[in-house]
Amino acid sequence: MEDMRKQILKYLEKNSRANLGELAVLLDSDEAAIANEIAQMEKEKIICGYHTLIDWDKAGEERVNALIEVSVKPQRDKGFDKTAERICNYPEVTAVYLTSGGYDLIVTVEGKTLMEVSRFVSGKLSPIEDVISTTTHFILKKYKDHGTLMFHKNKSERMPVTP
Amino acid sequence: MRDPLSKKIVEIEPSGIRKFFDMVSEMPDAISLGVGEPDFDTPWRIREEGIYSLERGRTFYTSNAGLKELKVEISKYLQRKIQVSYDPASEIIVTVGGSEGIDIAFRAMLDPGDEVLIPQPCYVSYLPCAILANGVPVVIPLKQENEFKLTAEELEAAITPKTKLLVLPFPNNPTGAIMTKEDLEPIAEVVKKHDLYVLSDEIYSELTYKYDHVSIASLPEMRDRTLVINGFSKAFAMTGWRLGYICAQKPIAEQMLKIHQFAIMCAPTNSQYAAIEGLRNCEDEVQEMRGAYNQRRRFLLHEFKKMKLDCFEPFGAFYVFPCIKEFGMTSEEFATRLLDEEKVAAVPGTAFGACGEGFLRVSYAYSLDDLREAINRLGRFVERLRAQR
Repeated sequence: MEDMRKQILKYLEKNSRANLGELAVLLDSDEAAIANEIAQMEKEKIICGYHTLIDWDKAGEERVNALIEVSVKPQRDKGFDKTAERICNYPEVTAVYLTSGGYDLIVTVEGKTLMEVSRFVSGKLSPIEDVISTTTHFILKKYKDHGTLMFHKNKSERMPVTP
Repeated sequence: MRDPLSKKIVEIEPSGIRKFFDMVSEMPDAISLGVGEPDFDTPWRIREEGIYSLERGRTFYTSNAGLKELKVEISKYLQRKIQVSYDPASEIIVTVGGSEGIDIAFRAMLDPGDEVLIPQPCYVSYLPCAILANGVPVVIPLKQENEFKLTAEELEAAITPKTKLLVLPFPNNPTGAIMTKEDLEPIAEVVKKHDLYVLSDEIYSELTYKYDHVSIASLPEMRDRTLVINGFSKAFAMTGWRLGYICAQKPIAEQMLKIHQFAIMCAPTNSQYAAIEGLRNCEDEVQEMRGAYNQRRRFLLHEFKKMKLDCFEPFGAFYVFPCIKEFGMTSEEFATRLLDEEKVAAVPGTAFGACGEGFLRVSYAYSLDDLREAINRLGRFVERLRAQR
């Protein structure tokens, strides 16, 4: 049997608005134990936050997302950390990953317009010391995000009653 | 004009579920708890393998008993899961769903007058298939106080000199009951004592909770007395692919293969290729689905308890089987009124045998969101009935 923590995490990963009473029933535990476990994991930063997946297009707000490949000159002792951490400071940056492959960092950026994102890349990101080059990919459409399909799936064609 | 029909088929009642299906189909906004198949899509990698097999032009018959590769995987799977070994070349037949296995087993084993013991409530096919194979079905009514398990006493009491075969449908549709090793051992003793055979329908074997599935074929001296039916419908969410298998010692398998060969030819080629991928690489997906079913099972049992609806805890399949006797009406009346008044469909227990009277089959092959809504409605209905009494 998988330990309780992992079961809670697996559930919360898909549904952060958990009703603790119901979660206790589903996981065959009690409410207090689950609440306790969650609080503990928040404290240990195993649970790092609770976010909501939003389709901003549908909400009628325009947002532009871009994925930027960044080549960085690593520093003695610090590797890529210093530059990566520096990039994290910009509020328009939504994620920074160190990756293998042709580039060093993948940076995701969110802005209101194409122009705003472009200005960020040319004015803020590229000039950073140790940033060698950037390649910007604008995201045109999201099909799946955080494990969730962003397009409408056909309704099940299962018959209502079968033996 | 002369009567075109066989008397035997005319005398067989159509499935009791059909009538209910027609009623529910008229109500597009009804929430159904009436299905006997998974709500999950077939895991994508299995579907993809099916698509590839078509792209590669694998559109021909396979050998009658099925693709060798698939039979080898089935053999390994059974060794792993139930610790029984079957020779892929001579003891495994790939069938069109588990249902075909029921039919060819009866036809291969029964002579006119041979009695087949069928514990009920159970899946709807055993009884008519036994009749079609010229056998005589003998029903053993199971009891809620035994958690709808078959007991050695019940079995012993039903045996006559004509008894040949016992159907063992566990994990059970519609009750969700399972038989543990301790439950099976005394059954195996009776079977051996009276020189019977067992048709063990283990189609829900992957869906057990708290206890692991045990096959009666794995008990001492039971392998050659047992025919094991299993398939891909429930565990791999592949109902529409129509793919199952039956395993038996060679002399029985040989005769079943003749029927399969002449009546069916072979199971769908496309499905067979897809299933190989399922057996090789989908254990995680299977366990994922099982975990989800288990959560829903606990949710329903908890909600029934809250509404004080009498229900034993089932540990298998994806059904719970609450008792509705307190309301003083038949299962059919209850199910019909529940559908009319609250637009919730659940199948009356009597669709699975007369001893299902007073019970309702509630399937939890639905999302938690659907189950929550259905439970709200059922709760309201139950409250109203109690207030009226």
